Amino acid sequence: MDESIYLDEARDPLIIAEGWMKDGKDVAIATVVETWGSAPRPVGSHLVIDAGGNFHGSVSGGCVEGAVVAEAIDVIGSGRARMLEFGVADETAWQVGLSCGGRIKVYVERLG
Amino acid sequence: MDPYVLKTLNEERRARRAAVLVTDLGDGRDRIVREGDRVAGELGAAIASAFRTGNSGSVEAEGRTFFLNAHLPRPRLVVIGAVHISQALAPMARIAGYPVEIIDPRSAFATPERFHGVALHAEWPEDVLKREPLDSYTALAAVTHDPKIDDFALKAALDARCFYVGALGSRKTHAKRVERLLALGASADQIARIHAPIGLDIGAASPAEIAVAVLAQTIHAFRSRGLESKGAVA
Repeated sequence: MDESIYLDEARDPLIIAEGWMKDGKDVAIATVVETWGSAPRPVGSHLVIDAGGNFHGSVSGGCVEGAVVAEAIDVIGSGRARMLEFGVADETAWQVGLSCGGRIKVYVERLG
Repeated sequence: MDPYVLKTLNEERRARRAAVLVTDLGDGRDRIVREGDRVAGELGAAIASAFRTGNSGSVEAEGRTFFLNAHLPRPRLVVIGAVHISQALAPMARIAGYPVEIIDPRSAFATPERFHGVALHAEWPEDVLKREPLDSYTALAAVTHDPKIDDFALKAALDARCFYVGALGSRKTHAKRVERLLALGASADQIARIHAPIGLDIGAASPAEIAVAVLAQTIHAFRSRGLESKGAVA
């Protein structure tokens, strides 16, 4: 259990995103905005992505991060935010899914 | 996300101040709301709830869908006094999600053997609180019974608007304490915020039971933040 009452600056996605921005990188922020069933990460969790595909944080237990990163690179290019939905692999149109059986909705937006 | 909004949000989080990031999921516009900011209507009610519970989520208001991401500092509990009650309180509070720090200048009490794995300061509260100031996401329980140790910390907790301030002692003991705190410059409104005798009235008798009563009162104070009138303390 993390018991620090202060931010873990080296691992905090929003702090990292700000640092990337200051370094002149293009950045996208993905946020879990809704969950159903057993979702691995709570609503409000972030994954931050740069144009080179580097990322920090998580929106699931590693199941859908790859797909979110790919979408995020498109979002960085177009500047248009997207809402992604992931469910159990077989029941959705997505190539990836959540093996835990839950469903999540992830909002992906460009920083700036 | 607006870069300035991200910068502001991170500033608030670093300073241990609560903030809610409000994002319009229709057009992507976002803004920061700080605790105590007035926001009208359904959106305002949802934001107030996000501050109280710390839960994030979507809300429909004014015909639009907003996502509210609640960023609350982690609450903590500072205990003045490395006494028998504190030995029970520290592990229970940690399990409940309130990390504990114990301050007691009496080095015979504040020993790692008595408080295994607990953040412990065998120093005067004056010195520790100078380094690690109290804030509104900190609870303070003063349980030494010794005015030389408790009083400064209680005044500091009132000035820092700690979400919970409790002090061990009977009503008679507390009446004398009130006189001393008034002499230290505390206002009557401030002093009225002190929970004394300490703890929810559950008929606690043993030190461990008193610890349960203090923890329950701390949780109640945290979860009802903002329900009492704000700004009573200038």
